[in-house]
Amino acid sequence: MAQFRQCPDTGLFFHKEAENLMKANAVAGVVCLLIGGILALLVVLTRWPAIHLLPADSFYMVLTAHGVCALIFWMIFFEMAILYFAGSTLLRSRLATPRWAWAGFVMMVIGAVMTLAAIFGGKSSVMMTSYVPMRAEPHFYLGLVIFAVGALIGCFVYLGTLVVAKNEKTYEGSVPLVTFGATTACIIAIFTIASGAEILIPTYLWSIGYISHIDPAMYRLIWWALGHSSQQINVAAHVAVWYLIAGVIFGARPMSEKVSRAAYLLYIFFLQLASAHHLLTDPGLSVEWKLFNTSYAMYLAVLASMIHGLTVPGAIEVAQRKKGLTNGAFEWLRKAPWGNPVFSSMFISLVGFGFLGGISGVVMGTEQISIIIHNTIYVPGHFHATVVIGTTMAWMGLTYLLIPVLFRRKMIFPQAAKLQPYIFALGMSMVAVFHMAAGTLGVARRHWDMGFAGNPLGFEYPATAYLLMGIAGIGGVIGVIGGALFCVIAVGSLVFGEKLQKEAGLLQSFGVPLADSAYTNEKPARLPMAPAEAVEADHGESGFEAPGTFILAMVLLVSFVIYYFINWKYLSEVWGIS
Amino acid sequence: MADENNTDEREEDENISPWQQMIDNPFLLLFIGVAMPTVFYTLWGVMEIASIPVAPY
Ligand code: HEM
Ligand SMILES: [Cu+2]
Repeated sequence: MAQFRQCPDTGLFFHKEAENLMKANAVAGVVCLLIGGILALLVVLTRWPAIHLLPADSFYMVLTAHGVCALIFWMIFFEMAILYFAGSTLLRSRLATPRWAWAGFVMMVIGAVMTLAAIFGGKSSVMMTSYVPMRAEPHFYLGLVIFAVGALIGCFVYLGTLVVAKNEKTYEGSVPLVTFGATTACIIAIFTIASGAEILIPTYLWSIGYISHIDPAMYRLIWWALGHSSQQINVAAHVAVWYLIAGVIFGARPMSEKVSRAAYLLYIFFLQLASAHHLLTDPGLSVEWKLFNTSYAMYLAVLASMIHGLTVPGAIEVAQRKKGLTNGAFEWLRKAPWGNPVFSSMFISLVGFGFLGGISGVVMGTEQISIIIHNTIYVPGHFHATVVIGTTMAWMGLTYLLIPVLFRRKMIFPQAAKLQPYIFALGMSMVAVFHMAAGTLGVARRHWDMGFAGNPLGFEYPATAYLLMGIAGIGGVIGVIGGALFCVIAVGSLVFGEKLQKEAGLLQSFGVPLADSAYTNEKPARLPMAPAEAVEADHGESGFEAPGTFILAMVLLVSFVIYYFINWKYLSEVWGIS
Repeated sequence: MADENNTDEREEDENISPWQQMIDNPFLLLFIGVAMPTVFYTLWGVMEIASIPVAPY
């Protein structure tokens, strides 16, 4: 008999087995973020030229661990929690096969520990991309494979839950949009993991001497099917989190369910093809292959992101205007709850992802201009905007939301929590922007010594480049302080936060079930179909029911166009025509 | 209860558009989401790399 409890504040239903899995996965994720953040401090202090903290060998080791821990482990653990939330709680359904889900979780933990042990053993400083012919220790690859299989099990548990919910008729009509977004993430995850297995299993066999040779071009091709797609799991999932938070905080409903779903569908069709942008400079692949995958396909996926970027604030604007905040174009935004870290994290995530991450991403994905910044520190600048300001901040907002709802604890340090998103965003924006700037001057990524001192191929960067890296260093320290504050508040609340329910003890914060008294055996009432579409019904199809959002979108577009052409201008100056 | 019966009927009566049916079928979406990149990115790419002639010794 499936047991449920209903959150008295939000009305959300939690299935007993599912909620423990959500907690365990979310906590594991935050632990990985914490480790990743400590490593980030070491990395950023090394790349700050005036400090240059670590010696070369430990720099590459720490950088490898930072990438793996933050990008792979933090993201995917947290995504598992989101999948279980979207499949079970949002559909008011029991989770399918919780035992399998636990088995997956345990595998993910084992895999993560194994890979980190390999990295800190010091003989696997191959960077997160682990390009052959660099060879890590076998358990580096084995750990990743075990981690991935664990995550794959989680994906199938999610799909199974969709089937259970449908069969048991726990909802009317179609699944809610947020669940649809999670399904998109799950689908992309399955392709990602399959690609990972395709390349990491042979590489593991090669590392133990069973296979003699792995072709580097082939490795890069398949590895990026994993490496890029995994970022698209993040995108699909954090967009779903935007919709979720907009719905919870404002009661905002998507401006058009159909349009938003169609945008997700574009992700399913096209997003993963853009993996090719990582191979734009690779020999051996034809221009046709590169252009098809990066231009035609990628722009359709970008279009989808722009739709989400428009409809989420648009939905918030519509909801706020309904509440009477109708003055001017931006009263709805000015009077948004900026002191609520759930909202501020989410909105900064949206704006930062669009402006910093999105614009730089399109530039990097364009074959001709990508070459200007290829393999420079511009690249980390770009992806810290997408994956840190975008995804990580969305996860942080969701965590703040879930501390009372899922963990049944009151958040500690509410004043500090108000500031946390701003501190983190300030620091990470500095990292993103100044890395991009330094990259434009040619500063290499993944490089211990930007001056190449004592090297026959030394290169004199302009003094500005050193200055920019120094400012990025300051930003990094601010970012780490913001990130540490998040970890303190999140973990501290689980341990010391006031209990909102007597059953929510210490162990319960980490995945041990609440006492039976917290649950009932009653099945939650069926989730009703979303009411007819608010906007379409009220405003016809004029498209201007959200004028403020429209202005924001135009600002984005103009910034993009200007920046795009600046890059073509740079390109035209690379080779002078005489 | 009467309410619930109503919705059941409505679900069956309503002719759901093919578009909606596709969107509502996660396994079809899974197929598309795996087939597209496998064909256009992976297989096409593998074929191109595999057809690069090996340098003469
Ligand atoms: C907490 C603040 C953070 C700071 C200050 C920071 C800073 C840095 C720096 C300086 C680099 C090295 C760039 C280079 O030399 O090439 C780097 C690399 C990287 N960071 Fe972060 N980072 C932070 C958080 C994160 C998070 C949260 C993620 C993922 C969600 C992340 C993912 C990565 C990845 C994937 C790399 C590339 C590793 C590689 O090249 O193999 N970082 N970071
Ligand atoms: Cu990519």
